[in-house]
Amino acid sequence: MSHPRVTGVGLTHFGEHSERTGRDLFAEAGLAALDDAGVDPDDVEALFYGNFMGELAEHQGHQAPLMAEAVGLDVPATRYEAACASSGAAVREAVRHLRSGEADVILVGGAERMTNIGTAGATDALSIAADDLYEIRAGMTFPGAYALMARAYFREFGGSREDLAAVAVKNHDHALPNEYAQLRTEITVEDALGAPMVADPLGLYDACPITDGASAVVLTSADYAAEHDLDAPVAITGTGQGGDNLALHDRETLARSPAASEAADEAYGDADIDSDDVDIAEVHDCFTIAEVLAIESLGLYEPGEGIGAARDGKTHATGETPVNLSGGLKAKGHPVGATGVAQIVSLAKVLTGESTWSDDVSDASVGVAHNAGGTVASATVHVLEVRE
Amino acid sequence: MSDNARDGAFDDWLDAVEDGEGYYVECENGHGWLPPRRVCPDCGSRDLTETPLAEAGEVATYTEVSVATPQFSADTPYVTAIVDYGPVRVTGLLRGVDPDEVEVGMPVGIEAGERETTGDRAVVFRPR
Ligand SMILES: [Zn+2]
Repeated sequence: MSHPRVTGVGLTHFGEHSERTGRDLFAEAGLAALDDAGVDPDDVEALFYGNFMGELAEHQGHQAPLMAEAVGLDVPATRYEAACASSGAAVREAVRHLRSGEADVILVGGAERMTNIGTAGATDALSIAADDLYEIRAGMTFPGAYALMARAYFREFGGSREDLAAVAVKNHDHALPNEYAQLRTEITVEDALGAPMVADPLGLYDACPITDGASAVVLTSADYAAEHDLDAPVAITGTGQGGDNLALHDRETLARSPAASEAADEAYGDADIDSDDVDIAEVHDCFTIAEVLAIESLGLYEPGEGIGAARDGKTHATGETPVNLSGGLKAKGHPVGATGVAQIVSLAKVLTGESTWSDDVSDASVGVAHNAGGTVASATVHVLEVRE
Repeated sequence: MSDNARDGAFDDWLDAVEDGEGYYVECENGHGWLPPRRVCPDCGSRDLTETPLAEAGEVATYTEVSVATPQFSADTPYVTAIVDYGPVRVTGLLRGVDPDEVEVGMPVGIEAGERETTGDRAVVFRPR
């Protein structure tokens, strides 16, 4: 099979840009990706765009055509919404279009404004990824939902708040050299344990921040990249998506995320690799416990074994399988609709030697992106491989 | 939210819980779900019957929420729990027990209560 190439990447700084519009944020990332790709903008055939809370944060629906306009493209544009996995879903659709031969050049990206509505507003907006009737009306928040999973995980497999704190410490450490990251501060396990509770057992340092930002990638067919002699060594060789019941209480298990396991199995099969082949991963660590569930779903650890990975240094840049070299959602920031594509950007940079961490993982040739929506009722997984 | 139209089968269900006659819908293979459901997501059965909820369920997991949405600002802090009723689990607010005293496995009953912030009805669990 001919695998689409990551031909250009672009990000805004992730952080607080409360006085910038979504269209301005996306224009910055989208134009950066187009410039980086070096493709003729007239060759772009579509925009696939991820966004989650635009109606609530900006009173703006129907964002995709607006974003195409913002980057100067007159092409069909569609918004994908799968909560925090919105732009992961957009990547998947683009990969499928490029593989089928239906298109050769697609701009894929996402954007989110969140800080302008404040903590209470963002908590409210994020909560609507849960079941309104049965979860939101029972006081469920996004951190609350992951807290319910964390307690269920501790009960089923063991683990402690210290283990979770180690995930936060690692991801903050990884973000230190990332100029696009929101939180570039070193923290200690003691800092994390001493932070105020958000929803016990999760405290402030177990949670990703509220973030504004945008991300974009230009994906091209392998044929187009070859014909135009483009410098695009990274291919997306596998794509997978899984789903689950929306409400947490309807799931068979509260301590695992089977939708992500399904997505990983599909993506690995598609790329003809298995979990042992994975050199680096960008996973959806909206909360520290989410990273634990993610690395288990990806098959990097058995259920119950992922909780100690950060504590033991295995997922650090210097460990056996580095996870979230960008800083992850935890420290890089989580502008919801931009997150899935930002993971692709981060992996591509590491694999092409453009990341400050590239030297630490110079043998890495296979990267995996895991993007989860809500309490993982949606999940996408993509495999990126270096193909000269 | 109080001025909104009723949410059909959900509000019917909450009325029943309020009257002490809580139920769930069950397929012939014993899979349980909360209404409204037209089909069992597990087995595809469309033959669903209303089955009474047990007198008490067991807390499966819980959290004390300190940072809430605006609709719960005056309720904060509060405990949200998922309670296991056998074939079905239900999410609700756990009241009548000190948050530090809550334990997984603790038996609780279900009733309809009110949110302090908005006065809207909510599922409430209390220790049995
Ligand atoms: Zn069934």
